[in-house]
Parts: sequence; C-alpha cells; structure tokens
Amino acid sequence: MRRFILIAVPYLWLVALFLIPFVIVLKISLSDVALARPPYMPQLDFAAGWEGFKAFFAALDFENFWFLTTDDLYWKAYLSSLQIALTSTVITLLVGYPIAYAMARAAPEWRPTLLMLVILPFWTSFLIRVYAWMGILSNEGLLNQFLLWLGLINEPLTILNTNTAVYIGIVYTYLPFMILPIYSALERMDDSLLEAAEDLGCSRLSAFWLVTIPLSKNGIIAGCFLVFIPVIGEFVIPSLLGGSGTLMIGKVLWEEFFSNRDWPVASAVAVILLLILVIPIILFQRNEQKQREAEG
Amino acid sequence: MSQTVFAPWEDPNEKPLIQFKNVTKRFGDFVAIDNLTQDIFAKEFFALLGPSGCGKTTMMRMLAGFEAPTQGQIFIAGQDMAKIPPNKRAVNMMFQSYALFPHLSVWENIAFGLKREGKDKDAITARVEEMLRLTRLSKFAKRKPHQISGGQRQRVALARSLAKAPKLLLLDEPLGALDKKLRQDTQFELMDIQEKTGTTFVIVTHDQEEAMTVASRVAVMDEGQIIQVATPAQIYEAPNSVYVADFIGDVNIISGRAKPNGEKVATQWAEGQPDIIGTTATKFDAGQEIHFAIRPEKVAISTEEPQDAANKVQGKVLDIAYLGNISTYHVELPTGHVIKAQTANTRRLSRRQITWEDPVWISWTDTAGVLLER
Repeated sequence: MRRFILIAVPYLWLVALFLIPFVIVLKISLSDVALARPPYMPQLDFAAGWEGFKAFFAALDFENFWFLTTDDLYWKAYLSSLQIALTSTVITLLVGYPIAYAMARAAPEWRPTLLMLVILPFWTSFLIRVYAWMGILSNEGLLNQFLLWLGLINEPLTILNTNTAVYIGIVYTYLPFMILPIYSALERMDDSLLEAAEDLGCSRLSAFWLVTIPLSKNGIIAGCFLVFIPVIGEFVIPSLLGGSGTLMIGKVLWEEFFSNRDWPVASAVAVILLLILVIPIILFQRNEQKQREAEG
Repeated sequence: MSQTVFAPWEDPNEKPLIQFKNVTKRFGDFVAIDNLTQDIFAKEFFALLGPSGCGKTTMMRMLAGFEAPTQGQIFIAGQDMAKIPPNKRAVNMMFQSYALFPHLSVWENIAFGLKREGKDKDAITARVEEMLRLTRLSKFAKRKPHQISGGQRQRVALARSLAKAPKLLLLDEPLGALDKKLRQDTQFELMDIQEKTGTTFVIVTHDQEEAMTVASRVAVMDEGQIIQVATPAQIYEAPNSVYVADFIGDVNIISGRAKPNGEKVATQWAEGQPDIIGTTATKFDAGQEIHFAIRPEKVAISTEEPQDAANKVQGKVLDIAYLGNISTYHVELPTGHVIKAQTANTRRLSRRQITWEDPVWISWTDTAGVLLER
C-alpha cells in the first residue's frame, strides 16, 4: 500500500498539473466564443443530469481548428516561430559550444566559478534582463552610443523592434541551456582520447572533428532541444524586443486571448502548438534514453 | 647452429634507433628528467622501470611528442624530434587508460590511424583484419569498447597502436588494469607480438616482475635519472647500487667497512662477528664504507653448523613466510640484523625441520653476494 502511494504521488502531480489543465484547454478549444463569463459556451450543466451531458457534448465541435486553416496569419505564425526557433538554436549552438569547450578545458579549480557565471543571470528576473536589453539596443541605447563614439557608424542603428533584437534576446536568454549539457559532455571526456587521436595521425583540428564533436553529440542534441522547444512558444522576448514584423505564435496566442478575448481560438492555437512540440519532445527523450543506455 | 644473442647495445657499430642526448625536462621547479643520455636500439624491448614520479612516463611522453624537452635533444632514427608534432612521428603509443574511442567499434578504432594516412579501403580492411587476427579479436570487431572485457580492450589498444606499423611502440603501464593471471598471459603475448612484428617496444612500468619478464633491457630510474641499464639477469645478479638491488626483488643489505685482500674483499660489519668474504671486480679502499647485498635464495639455512661455507652466522628464526613453493625465513642475528633466507619447499610441510625460535645457521659462498659502493 505504501509503495502504491509512493508511485501515485508523481502521477497525481502529472494529472493535477498537466492532464486536467490540458483537458480544460482542449474543451475550451472545442467550444464557441460567447459574451459571457467565462467567455465561451457551452457550460456543463450538472443540474440537468444526463440530458445536460448530452447537450454539452453535442455543442462541442472542431470549428476553431477549421478557422485556423482559413486565416493564413496562423500557419504563417507557426512557420515563422519554427524558423526563428531553428535559427536561434543554431546561433545559440555556435555561440555556446566554444564557451562550453573553453569551460571544460579550463583548469579544474576555475570550473566551478565559470559554471557559476553561466548560471548567475538566472538570479535576476528574466523580465528585468529583457528590459535591460531594450536599454542596450534602443536607438539612444548603450550599444548605439558606443558605436557612435567609436565612429564606426554615423547614425544610430535600428536594432530594437526588429527580428535581430529578438534573436539577440533569445540567444542571450537560452545560452545557459545550451552551454550546460555540452559542458557536462565535454567535461567527462578523457583527455587521453585527444592525445590518442593525435598519436594516430590526426591534426588538432581533425581530432576535434573526429573525437570531440562525436563525444559531445548527446550534449549538443540535448542543448538544441532545450533551446528549440521553449523558443517556439516564446512570448515575452518577441513582444518586448520584436517589432510589428515579428510574427511568433506565442504573440498571436496572447493577442487572441487578451485582445480579442477569443478563448476558444486561443486554446485551439495552444493545442496545435502542443502537438507541434510533441515531436521534438519525444525525440529529445529518446536521445536522453539512448545516452543513459550507452552509459549503463 | 647456435643462435646469436640479441645484444645490439654491445656492438659499437650498431646505430641506435632512439637517442636521448643530455635531456632535461622541468615542470616549473620540478625536475622530471635530469640530464639524461640513453640509447635504445631497433627491435629492443626496452623497459623503463621505477617508482611513480621517477620520470619514466615523462620520457615516454617526450618520445611520443606530447612533451618537449626543456634542454637537450631526442633523436629517432637519426632525426631530431624537437619540431615534429605527435601526428607526424612514426611512433605510436598504447595508453595506460587504453584511450579507446568510445563512439567507434573495435574495427573502427583499429582503422582510425590507417584512415588518417589516406590509404585505400582494401588496404585498410586487410590491415585491420590482420591486426584483429594477431590480437585474436576477430569475433569482437563490431562491438563497442564498453561491450568487451578489460583484457580485450587492452588488446584492441595494442592492435590500434600497432596497425600503422610504427618504428617505435610506446606502452604506458599496458597491463596495469589487468588481474595477475591475465597479466602474466598477456606479458608473453606481448613478447610474441613484439617478436613477430619486429617493432621496437618501449614499455613503462612500475612492476619489476613485468619489466623482467618482457624486456631485453631494463632501465631502473629514480628521480629523473637512469640508475642502471642492463639485461634483466644482470640487473638482478649484478645491481650497481643498493637502490637497484632493493628495487628489483628481495635483498639483504649489510653495511660495513672494506678490507681488500687480493680478489676477495672482506666486509667488517659487526664487532665479534667474522668478516663477510665476497668477490668483486671493483677496487675498494681499505676502510671504505661498502654494502654487501645478497638475495635471500642464495642464503642457505640449516640446523647443523655447515662445514665448508665461506660465510656462516648463527641466529634465531624470527618469522617464517610460507609461499607454497618456497618459504622465506627471517633470521635474527645476535647483532640485531635480520637476514632473509629462502628455501624451496621440496618436502611436505609436516616434515619441515625448522620452526619459530629455532637456533639456526645461515651460510653463503664467497661469490653469492655483490659488494656495492652506494
């Protein structure tokens, strides 16, 4: 019995915090918008008993999902989100890998400090850090002032409220999620493997490609998913740093919900987003499992 | 037809494959190798033996090219190696940790070096198959390193380092991770492979038994210097110092003053005890401090006083170590010295004559021990 309770705790957790909310969202996505509180119908009428149930289910339909296909705003937003997520994942990898590599190569007594520095930004509110970027990137911001002072440019660059600012914000915010798994893969690597590769005729560079990269592959994959998955649904960064041209599904979702007060369509958008994310999440978990098996 | 003894180091016309010339290596203030000069010849199985921190691994890493000498030069086949990186040397190394690539199969591990040479596919396949046969690994070609045993991994590492047919193979504590029985078998395998391939092997080890078994010559090292280089038999029978005598095998050391007498030297070692008579080729001054070293198996032990022994002392059995095939007796002399004497157990235990606290005689001939200056 005690064992059963122990096993039940995480399941109850999942049911309460994942499954029930999801069912609610799914239900709303199948409802119709209404001028009411809450702003959708039908509502389940318990007092009517069985008849109430029947009426309730009869009123649910896939109309909202159909609506998503009629307006090209939605699929464009999905595609644009995927594209932004993909691009920023690649940039984050290109920036993060050298950092992780340098950390893993650093003297052992320095590593905890470096690790701390990577994690340190999490101690400040994410929102404040994004606002700080607004201050840096705006026309009168630090970056433009600095570049003007250097004489590299004659008039301020427009960075804020463009996709560039979104990329900067995303790469900055998600960099630790890329660095940490790659670092942990590289740190475990035996240095004598690189010596062996050199001994067998590799140059430093080819040893890197043939040994270091394959051995950090799992770290790279994990890091990419950890960046890619949350970035697709990212809302704060595109709405604060992006402009009117930045189209991301998170922003669309927010507008449907709060500006249009169309909860059913917003929920449909969310359900589709979840379905899109299920694929990379499954791939991510498969990678983790493969890694565990390889180590076991 | 008599077989010629392999001893290129005794032939003055022979050109050494490896030459260390006044090599010094410092790590900060620490002197790892101290002004070392040494020749190693082609087809030798050369062992670097010493305690950890004696500089033996540094010597090997300098040969592989992972460390550069602070001073002095290293020549391989007459070529100064100073500017040559590890990947351009005809030297391969078998790492202590084996350093097998975990993401590659046994086959790919062995092929790794060959592929870097840009050989064509058939040549690589043929060579890898040959190496797999040589190391009896054909069955495991497709496995990953974590799917095979420690002994098999060791053989993969050997096959990989031999695949490129290097002029020189370096082995860094190659058998350290294996258990004793497997280690002994592998030692003979190593010698076999060395003979078959005709490669020069330099092995680093702290295990004197291993060095003695496999090597054609053993260099005993201490604190960055080579103390003695000789064949295993010479090292054992004629060590040049107390350090070497003590490092290799078991030994009794008795210190005293020299009393030269023609070919023989008497050692005054304790008052009221007869001098130890030994034979030596070295000249000693009268009254000079010398150390008499004798191996326990050359000390005879008996209950009766031996009649015709050059050296004999009476003592009392302090301890007996029974090792199955042999027994070691620790005999305490009246002077407080403890001398180890070893006898083969040709009789059954129950019929053994000598036991604890027995008064016994220990004796040895005048050629059994060596006299050492330091």
